[in-house]
Amino acid sequence: MENFEPVIVAFCCHYCAYTAADMAGSQRLTYPANVKIIRVPCSGKVDALHIVKAFEKGADGVYVAGCLEGDCHFKNGNVRAARRVESVRKYLEEIGLEGERLEMVTMSAGMGYRFAQVATEMTEKIRKMGPSPIHLALAGGASEARKAANI
Amino acid sequence: MEYIKPFKRILLVGCNECVTVCAAGGRKEVGLLASGLHMAVLKSGATIEIREHTLERQCDPEYVEELVPMIDGVEAVMSMACGCGVQEIARRFKNKPVFPALNTKFMGASERQGVWSERCQGCGDCLLGMTGGICPIARCAKQLMNGPCGGSTGGHCEIGEDTDCAWALIWERLKALGQIERYVEITPAKDWRPGGGSGPRKIIREDLAE
Ligand code: SF4
Ligand code: SF4
Repeated sequence: MENFEPVIVAFCCHYCAYTAADMAGSQRLTYPANVKIIRVPCSGKVDALHIVKAFEKGADGVYVAGCLEGDCHFKNGNVRAARRVESVRKYLEEIGLEGERLEMVTMSAGMGYRFAQVATEMTEKIRKMGPSPIHLALAGGASEARKAANI
Repeated sequence: MEYIKPFKRILLVGCNECVTVCAAGGRKEVGLLASGLHMAVLKSGATIEIREHTLERQCDPEYVEELVPMIDGVEAVMSMACGCGVQEIARRFKNKPVFPALNTKFMGASERQGVWSERCQGCGDCLLGMTGGICPIARCAKQLMNGPCGGSTGGHCEIGEDTDCAWALIWERLKALGQIERYVEITPAKDWRPGGGSGPRKIIREDLAE
């Protein structure tokens, strides 16, 4: 794939990372447009299914961004999210995808700079890794079957 | 993966009962496995269409019947129910290959969230009334009937530190219940005929059976 622009999906907790993204905006910090943000009420709400479906639809990288440890609005959603990310990483490896395509990160609502930094680092890392084999297969026309299935 | 390799269109069927609460084969696990299989097949350079459906129960023919409108459109079925569900589908749809997506391991209970352990082996002649509610068949590695073996140490079974000795548990519990005489009583060798020793078992409720 020439001029590879990775597709990155970021599940961002409303109470921290999502607000940090806002902060990054008002601070006029730039971060790669590759990162597609999905706002969730808590990082603990991100199900294994959401992550896996993102990869299935061709995402090259996914990260879950929750609050700093001890700061979760719902007590321990971020800890649960971290454990879930760990288990989905193993599942991805089983399927044959690199587990490093999935990350768990934490930040506070005030960390606009960190938000931009994470977005940049993740994009660069995935750019180096290249497109996910699923992304390639879908781009290569293998998507018909899935389309037919209406998924 | 090997099972489904020859097929282009399969139906992945979950079950809303036991396997759902055990987080092994409910709607969510069906979704995860469908995505995983789809990705693995894509990665291998092939394509596949995986339809997802979860039945209320797979071990009752009434519910399995729901698959009728879906079955013709697929070449094979993969079931995420226990072995009973897999076999019900195979019985109903004679000309479709059916594959298990789970290994059904045991009848158990959840110790805490995410941890399950074996509790009963369906021996057909329950001893729990004698043993303070702790099963020596499912929970003693040697299925002893009259007290612990020499390997019982500090409450653990000799097979491993993380396994309680069933007989240590039974003793503690009978003591707490003031029923030590139950422990002293000698239990004769177990009759395994109701436990599968005389072939496949069947229950017929005359009042219900048609
Ligand atoms: S004694 Fe038999 S029926 Fe009772 S719990 Fe143990 S295995 Fe199950
Ligand atoms: S240590 Fe206890 S549970 Fe283990 S085999 Fe001996 S009696 Fe059974």
